[in-house]
Amino acid sequence: MSPVLSVSAVKKTYKSGQVALHEIDLTVQKGEIFALLGPNGAGKTTLISIICGLVSMTSGQVLVAGHDIVRDYRAARAMIGLVPQEIALDIFATVEDTVRFTRGLFGRRGAPDRIEQLLRDLSLWDKRGARTMELSGGMKRRVMIAKALSHDPDILFLDEPTAGVDVNLRRDMWEIVRRLRDRGVTIILTTHYIEEAEEMADRVGVIDRGRLVLVEETAALMRKFGKRRLSIMMQQRMEAIPPELASWPLRLEAGGERLVYDFDAKAPDTGIPRLLRDLGTAGIDYKDLETSRNSLEDIFVDLVENGA
Amino acid sequence: MSGLNFRGIWAIYRTEMARTRRTVWQSVATPVITTVLYFIVFGGAIGSRMKQVGGVGYGAFIVPGLIMLTLLTQGISNASVAIYFPKFTRTIFELLSAPISSTEAVFAYVGAAATKSVMIGLIILATATLFVPVRVLHPGWMVAFLLLTAVSFALFGFIIGIWAENFEQLAIIPSLVVTPLTFLGGAFYSIDMLPQPWRTISLFNPVVYLVSGFRWSFYGVGDVGVATSLGFIVAFMVLCLALLWWIFRSGYRLKP
Ligand SMILES: Nc1ncnc2c1ncn2[C@@H]1O[C@H](COP(=O)(O)OP(=O)(O)O)[C@@H](O)[C@H]1O
Ligand SMILES: [Mg+2]
Repeated sequence: MSPVLSVSAVKKTYKSGQVALHEIDLTVQKGEIFALLGPNGAGKTTLISIICGLVSMTSGQVLVAGHDIVRDYRAARAMIGLVPQEIALDIFATVEDTVRFTRGLFGRRGAPDRIEQLLRDLSLWDKRGARTMELSGGMKRRVMIAKALSHDPDILFLDEPTAGVDVNLRRDMWEIVRRLRDRGVTIILTTHYIEEAEEMADRVGVIDRGRLVLVEETAALMRKFGKRRLSIMMQQRMEAIPPELASWPLRLEAGGERLVYDFDAKAPDTGIPRLLRDLGTAGIDYKDLETSRNSLEDIFVDLVENGA
Repeated sequence: MSGLNFRGIWAIYRTEMARTRRTVWQSVATPVITTVLYFIVFGGAIGSRMKQVGGVGYGAFIVPGLIMLTLLTQGISNASVAIYFPKFTRTIFELLSAPISSTEAVFAYVGAAATKSVMIGLIILATATLFVPVRVLHPGWMVAFLLLTAVSFALFGFIIGIWAENFEQLAIIPSLVVTPLTFLGGAFYSIDMLPQPWRTISLFNPVVYLVSGFRWSFYGVGDVGVATSLGFIVAFMVLCLALLWWIFRSGYRLKP
């Protein structure tokens, strides 16, 4: 099967001299949910903007379902819907008008039924006559989504879809994403939360300082890097790990006040109950326990340490 | 999808015209009130002490100039705001991501801005007939000048809107260049009335040619020949088109 998106050797140097993308190669299959995971400034928005035609690439090639985005931009763009990172709406237009406008702009015949369905799905139907400036931030974002879906795109780009988004919208958005996927729509989203990538994506691409450092199936990525960490606060400072605990992969941190144990949350046996028993047997008192998730930063540290 | 995106052009055109309807007071009332004021000041107060100019009463003489003045300023401001505002509010991302060519987008935006200025020009003409007897000797030419001027200056405004990076830049060309040129462009006088060397210097003012040609279509008299006027405005339009072509080719100030 030929990929729905194929990015080859795409580089971007902004006029300021900032190199935003070094050389990106990426293919995405039809119907996939792909997450671009990376910290702020990694180049996620730049990559999406290039594919969608908002930013020109310095060199490289992008094909959307085989259509070159420069030479054959009409065919390529007609397939794409984009919800950008920042809300940008014609504040004087009504909700319905602005959604209809996007559909027209993408060359599609007016379809009142389709627009109505879309507005209902996004809980915007009651607000269809309101000007966008009268809406709350969450509602504005819903309008942005409705616009992006107005022309029934085959590929949907969501740039940081949950940044500053309330619980309801988040839930609705994931519901929409699932429904779109069932219809065969390819979804490419960016995020800097690993949980979000894990929750939604089939595959994850990790991007850092303009380089795609890793592309993995989400399950494989989580197996490798999705570790959790148990931090045990000591009652008394510890100079060294006692021999009774030598069989455990433990680390001392914070000058001996914290004992750290990394474990795989998905493993059948995390080992935590046994570890705590062993601590008791060794007569080590602790005052607090805390578990945390491997953060994106930890993944980068891991990647660098493992020379990936 | 291949071929022209007519629905896209129509979507932009319709949205721009809807904006006009929403702001109908600003769009229509302002130029009409301004025109009436011009008539009171120039036509009434000053014109009553003036003889005829080129065989035409002074009040009627200034009508074509007034319409031209409005076409220039409205065309520029409508088109420049139409494209600058989406840049300012970042909604331009949608235009850039749509399967619509630059030419199609220009066609829609400039078409809407020109439609609006032609409408206002006609409203002013209708208003003027309430004050003074207006004749149109060459209606075909009148319409041609009206359309050509409206389209050329909408194109010019579009370029300013693309070039401008802030509101000051958006305002600077209209206020620093266009307004002085229109006032010195023979809208309120025939350049024959000027002493030398101003008469010769005026011939370097492009607006003189527009006003002269347009006035000729009304009264059959002009400061310069009608062919010269027509040649000038066509040349200006071609210049604007060439500039736009270069802008889109180079992606100047639209895409980072
Ligand atoms: N228009 C621009 N001009 C110059 N530099 C830019 C521009 N947009 C983004 N950058 C720079 O490119 C890099 C990548 O930015 P971006 O793609 O927005 O990252 P992300 O979306 O991953 O946070 C950053 O260093 C940013 O400062
Ligand atoms: Mg971003």
